[in-house]
Amino acid sequence: MNSAETTVDLQSRRGLGDRAFAWSAGAAAGLVLLILALIAGSTTRNALPVLREMGGRFFTTSRWSPAEPIFGALAFIWGTIFTSAIAIAIAVPISLGVALFMTQVAPPRLARPLVSLIDLLAGIPSVVFGLWGVLVLSQHFNLSRSFLTAGIILAIMIIPIITSLSREVIDTTPVSDKEGALAMGATRWEMITATVLPHSAGGLVGAVMLGLGRAMGETIAAALVIGSALGQLTLNPFAPGNSMPAVIANEWGEAQELHKSALIALALTLFVMTIVVNLAATAVVERTLKQSRGT
Amino acid sequence: MTAGTLDEPIIPGADLRATRSWRSIKSAIMTGLMTAAVVVVALPLVAVVGAVFSRGSRVALHGFPAFFVAEVPLIARKPGPGMGPAILGTLLATGAATLISVPLGVMGSVYLHEYGGRNVFSRVVRFMANVMTGVPSVVMGLFIYVLWTLHFGYSAFGGGLALACLMLPVVIGASEQMLRLVPDHLREAGYAVGASKSRTILTIVLPAAIPGIVSGALLAVARAAGETAPLLFAVGSASAYNPNLFKEANTALSLQIFGNATSSFVPAQDRAWGAALTLVLLTFVLTFVARLVTARFARRR
Repeated sequence: MNSAETTVDLQSRRGLGDRAFAWSAGAAAGLVLLILALIAGSTTRNALPVLREMGGRFFTTSRWSPAEPIFGALAFIWGTIFTSAIAIAIAVPISLGVALFMTQVAPPRLARPLVSLIDLLAGIPSVVFGLWGVLVLSQHFNLSRSFLTAGIILAIMIIPIITSLSREVIDTTPVSDKEGALAMGATRWEMITATVLPHSAGGLVGAVMLGLGRAMGETIAAALVIGSALGQLTLNPFAPGNSMPAVIANEWGEAQELHKSALIALALTLFVMTIVVNLAATAVVERTLKQSRGT
Repeated sequence: MTAGTLDEPIIPGADLRATRSWRSIKSAIMTGLMTAAVVVVALPLVAVVGAVFSRGSRVALHGFPAFFVAEVPLIARKPGPGMGPAILGTLLATGAATLISVPLGVMGSVYLHEYGGRNVFSRVVRFMANVMTGVPSVVMGLFIYVLWTLHFGYSAFGGGLALACLMLPVVIGASEQMLRLVPDHLREAGYAVGASKSRTILTIVLPAAIPGIVSGALLAVARAAGETAPLLFAVGSASAYNPNLFKEANTALSLQIFGNATSSFVPAQDRAWGAALTLVLLTFVLTFVARLVTARFARRR
């Protein structure tokens, strides 16, 4: 009887402190959802004035004139897509090559410093890449500020993330598959195309999409090297242009009322675009990693 | 690797050697391309780091330690130091971000791993945290502007809030991975001596995981210290020291680089290079310390 009472007492005391701790931990985890919801809510609210003023033309026209005020973001949306596409076109073959080199060619002794090299590249702040792009790349290598220059800088910046994710995915290829291919007389490249690539395809697509998301949202380096030209709806990579994050960073300082709202609307558009890309990418990567771990 | 057997014709008349040599040439070419990719990646790294060190050290080490102490000249074309207020601003904003995001992130990860496990809520949070790492930093900056700066004005703390939002999902992910490495028998030992779940977590699980969590947090801090866009909208601009975390506009190394990079005055560009060197050194030191902690942890295990 006595001991039963003690147990009950202990349990209730324990339960209270424990529950408080569990709840605060749960609240901290829930903060992620709260912040994402707040981002969506607050940017939408502040973007409303310009969206009401411009309607659908905000997305379908490319005349951007804060003085009038007329805000058409199409050229910037195009600039974001165009520079990201250039960055992806450059970064994907290189990242894939490095990831394959690390996992299939290099001996472990060489692979480890390579990982550090990629980490080092990831650790350089984007503004430093921008500075280098403005003062070195565009001045000494005759690459004027343009979509292409921005694409190149973005490519350098997303290579680390694509490489390390690809490496992770490629590493899950079963050794027995690879050895099987080699035992049948396949060369290294044939082994890669027959076992590694088909096995990792899903995850590689996810890695590329995550890189795409990063390239779309990268602000400062693009703001410095893209050229800040208005209304550039062109396929010419050598033309100076603009992208959504670059416009926001470059124009925020002098923006007033409706102009600010327009810039926030750009941020909202960018947020929605990157969220869609990232949702898809995360889903793809998680599914492939789960599948390959399961089998 | 397949030498020997294939050299002798298996089918009379069929020259297997010829096809084999084309296949191995192709393989060699592809291996060569992979190696070339590594060189291509190393090039910009060497070029950027080289430029930052050679141009930055000329400025930053001239009359040491003037560059790291003096205030930013108000007139851009005036040559000379310094970046003192920017260094302070970066430390204030990054410090505030760390103090906010690391405890919250670790608590979040404790929930995900120790309590939630595979329930729907924690699966959703884990997935959304992954998505959140991809939210552009410029969006985070505007979000904090709308939520904080509009009401309370520019301050280093606002920048810290924006950086904290960027760091939170990174810290959650890194520290959950570390909690996963803590063996279950440690938890069971805690319960066996009658400790409650929260006590077991606080006194056994977290201490066991702390080196990994510290190194993950340091990497997140290193990344945050280099961010520009989140600070752009919340910190404002200043050229004098502002030690007050909560009041008045401040500045930061990244903001100074961004502002001076497009200046047509060489002295301002020089200061940008000096600030870049300071920032790169700061992030490298943080990354290096994180590595040391990880290595120490790995050896002890």
